[in-house]
Amino acid sequence: MGLTLMEGNEAIGWGAMAAGCSFFAGYPITPATTIYNTMLRLLPPRGGVCLQGEDEIASIGFCLGASMAGMKAMTATSGPGISLYSEQISFAIGSEIPIVIVDVQRLGPSTGSATKGADGDIQFLQWGNSGGLPVIVLAPVDVKDCYTLTMEAFNLAERFRCPVFVAANKEISMTRETFDLDALDLPEVVERRRSDGRRPFLPFGAAEGRQVPDFLPIGGRTLVRQTSSTHGPDGYITTDPAEIAMMQDRLDAKLQSSVSGFTHYDEYVVPGADTLVVAYGVTARAARTAVRHAEKSGRKASLLVLKTLWPVPEQLIREKAEPYTRVVMPEMNLGQYVRELQRVLPGKGIDFLGRMNGELIKPGQIQEVIQHG
Amino acid sequence: MDSLLNSSRPPVFCPGCSHDKVVHALDQALTEMGFSGEDVVIVTDIGCSGLFDTFFHSHAFHGLHGRALTYATGIKMAQPDLKVIVTMGDGGLGIGGAHLLSTCRRNIDITLLVLNNFNYGMTGGQCSSTTPRDAVVGSGFLNRLEKPMDICQVAGAAGAPWVGRASTYDDALVAELKAAIAFEGFSLLDIWGLCPGRYTRKNKLNPKGIAADLALLPDVSGYRKRNERMEYGRAYRQEAAALEAPSEPVRIEAGCRAPQRGRQEVVVLGSAGQRIITAGELICLAGATAGCHATQKNDYPITVMRGHSVSEVILSENEIEYTGIENPSAVIALAPEGVGRRSRMFSALSPEALVIRAEGIELPPTAARVVAVDFKAKKIKSPDWALASLVVLAHENRVLTMDMLKGALGFRFKKEVLEMAKAVVDKISA
Ligand code: SF4
Repeated sequence: MGLTLMEGNEAIGWGAMAAGCSFFAGYPITPATTIYNTMLRLLPPRGGVCLQGEDEIASIGFCLGASMAGMKAMTATSGPGISLYSEQISFAIGSEIPIVIVDVQRLGPSTGSATKGADGDIQFLQWGNSGGLPVIVLAPVDVKDCYTLTMEAFNLAERFRCPVFVAANKEISMTRETFDLDALDLPEVVERRRSDGRRPFLPFGAAEGRQVPDFLPIGGRTLVRQTSSTHGPDGYITTDPAEIAMMQDRLDAKLQSSVSGFTHYDEYVVPGADTLVVAYGVTARAARTAVRHAEKSGRKASLLVLKTLWPVPEQLIREKAEPYTRVVMPEMNLGQYVRELQRVLPGKGIDFLGRMNGELIKPGQIQEVIQHG
Repeated sequence: MDSLLNSSRPPVFCPGCSHDKVVHALDQALTEMGFSGEDVVIVTDIGCSGLFDTFFHSHAFHGLHGRALTYATGIKMAQPDLKVIVTMGDGGLGIGGAHLLSTCRRNIDITLLVLNNFNYGMTGGQCSSTTPRDAVVGSGFLNRLEKPMDICQVAGAAGAPWVGRASTYDDALVAELKAAIAFEGFSLLDIWGLCPGRYTRKNKLNPKGIAADLALLPDVSGYRKRNERMEYGRAYRQEAAALEAPSEPVRIEAGCRAPQRGRQEVVVLGSAGQRIITAGELICLAGATAGCHATQKNDYPITVMRGHSVSEVILSENEIEYTGIENPSAVIALAPEGVGRRSRMFSALSPEALVIRAEGIELPPTAARVVAVDFKAKKIKSPDWALASLVVLAHENRVLTMDMLKGALGFRFKKEVLEMAKAVVDKISA
């Protein structure tokens, strides 16, 4: 076993390479800049493309063009950049463009604090675009997750032809950490399904029994249409309510109905516990320590670490929370994902611990809530 | 060659709209140049010119308002052999101004056709970045306050090597289109036309007037020579081919033994230029040589060469959960900036903690054992104090050993730098 020392952002870059990323574009912003630095080092010598956009809108625009031309694309920014991506994100959702978007969250609102961590974008990533359709958000806990969940993000983007967010946090992305690179449990690399050419190609026509249209690249021998307008299977504007509804339903269902197939999580079950701590991101690490310490005390707690945040893995949350009388959720914000728990677990007592001061939530603070509510 | 027009979707514009003529001129140019639909992608913006892609039987990409050049750039980098043609109006040009300037500076092989009709046709004839000040448009008096811009001069000044103007009604339009499309690099053709649906209802403008207005504008042919250079994609691939492949991440095998078991927290407090972050990294690497897991968090201001620099490192034989500092076993205090940043920490230090203090640095009261080191007396310069402190730490047999530290130096430094680091180790050990 050898140990590698890497910061989370570097691991995101290496994970992207392992997933077959061939295109990156970004605009520098702390705390995401070192992802761009890493991709600039890794991509061009291997025949890939790494560009620095004139702004965030251009950066993600390059990615959308490159992705539709057949490349596996990624961009990375922080909260202020996600705001600027917003319209392009809705485009990628509605027009089924695979892309991985890393949000290295920093303390907001607005310019906020460039070098302070937070998980303040957790609702924003799902709802910060027009149209209200689902997206996929994965949340890494440590440097290992930065590597493997970035690979998963690419696989999901390819499989479902949609934007997939990696919701990192300054506290993971800019923290250096050792890990055993060769012991990682890596997923197999997935490529988007290409049309076999047996039927006339419809750029947005999902085959019978499938929810995702087959792909062909712009620039190939078969003509491909891409459009941000409301379109039918042929990629031309449609005004037919039935056709519009079908397309919207498919975009909704392709993720909602499949989330159990990509629900990533960890759990630490403590026998005799009456409380379940539910956490994600860097806070899950403090929660792990808190739960370990609580194990030696009167009031024990188990821990569920969510790594797939959106679509909300409702089934998993219900199942895992079922044996417990009480749920505790710590978050580096003033109460965002806890709303989902309240929605999914009506009637369950939920204690919330929120901090938004630029500091990590401490194990002792979580333990305090476990013990005393 | 066959026409590239989409036979099932004939152009639909207002009667007399000049866009209709440009669609046919573009088709004529492409067919005369021998292109078929698979060779071309038409990337369109929003507005009436945004309908262009639907009238052609080619690859098509219709995106957001003002962003057409961004998609076109991504497509061209991914598919260098594809002809990439962008159509946008004077509206798209204005809202996407930053992209226009950057595309000119890049000189990527894209042809941009600006269908310039001096107003926003689709939304009701509001003013654009090219509306004359004396025009009557849907924006009330606002256009009277803003100067219209000459697209070609702006693009030329930004570095576009091929800029040209044409009237929709000029016989030379097809030839101009062909020249723009044939150019290897960024080409921009500013095509002036009439919008009978909106603009010419209240403004007297006709093909003759357009020709007369165009004739008054300064010549822009000089930009071709001035901005001549290698196309962006070609230059990019040339640069990339000369790069060395990056080395794989280093794996550190455990060969040493850590002096203590359990979680060891170290805080290094200094100022910019004292290589505090490097020292933190060395502790991590040293830990790895003993099979320990390590985390490192740093804290420094955005300024370079000024202000505090703090590194917080944790070593443990177990995976590290919480990465914050709770109970440091060692603190290295090398500059007042760093000490000031963590002044509240000192009163909470346990008596078992060790503080290495550079001679002359004041500390808040603390129960920890303090070891003062006179680096100056040992002729060690400030940028090497952090490394020297690690040697002191190793001599105290705290957190790391000399073997661990030497292993770390070997992973972190090569050649002359490694020799210089070893010289510091020798000086402080003497
Ligand atoms: S509004 Fe103007 S630009 Fe649009 S189609 Fe009508 S005439 Fe043409």
